[in-house]
Amino acid sequence: MTLEIAAFWAFAVTLVGAGLAVVLGKNLFHSVLFLALALIATAGIFLTLDAEFIAAVQVLLYAGGVITLVVFGIVVTERLVGEKLSHVSRHVAAGGLVAAALAALLVRAISHVPLATTKPGLAGDLTRQMGTSLLTRFTLPFELLAVLLLIGLLGASYFARPED
Amino acid sequence: MGLQAYLTLAAVVFCIGLFGTVTRRNTIGILLGIELMLNAVNINLVAFSRFRGDDTGMVFTLFAICITVAEVALGLAIVILLFRTRRSATADHIDWLKG
Repeated sequence: MTLEIAAFWAFAVTLVGAGLAVVLGKNLFHSVLFLALALIATAGIFLTLDAEFIAAVQVLLYAGGVITLVVFGIVVTERLVGEKLSHVSRHVAAGGLVAAALAALLVRAISHVPLATTKPGLAGDLTRQMGTSLLTRFTLPFELLAVLLLIGLLGASYFARPED
Repeated sequence: MGLQAYLTLAAVVFCIGLFGTVTRRNTIGILLGIELMLNAVNINLVAFSRFRGDDTGMVFTLFAICITVAEVALGLAIVILLFRTRRSATADHIDWLKG
């Protein structure tokens, strides 16, 4: 139990710190690497919630796939324009005010609602339950997702096709 | 840890992502902010799912992660396309509706 609390706090602090570095950093490439750290810390948060499969998917797809894509995107665009991309912020005060106000509202709302403080015991293997759900209750969305990925692949390669 | 801790963490991360999305001028920077926001929502989904003892939220998170990957691929393709036509990645420069 204490290990779980320590792990939660370690991952939470890493996640918030890396998130702040993503939005406040001056270097776009460093922002992407901090986003990778934030995504891996999120995978750790999923582990404290006993969702091992989602943590693995998070690391493989998100931290692996998305970060690789973004790095490729930066490299290709910097090549196209031939100079370093500018990575500055504007309206920092207004944006900070909006974000802080929303955070205050959400945290206040969350603290006023009676919420569960302990997790229910696991009825069995969560990964097994998810696999069963995916191929019984959620078969149609699962198949539609495959079609969506195909459409995304075709669309992305159409948009980024070589100029003719 | 109680559900409240997870929801608070997700709310804070969401607001950090929102801050990045509204303040960044670079389109890739905006995309990174959106990633943070989506990530915070996934934490909420998994936390509610675990505390309710129902795996629907986790299945939904899987779908959300897959859709995010497709979204990033398309978003970056659009950024590259904008670079070709406009030579700029600054969102404020992209304010025209026809090609």
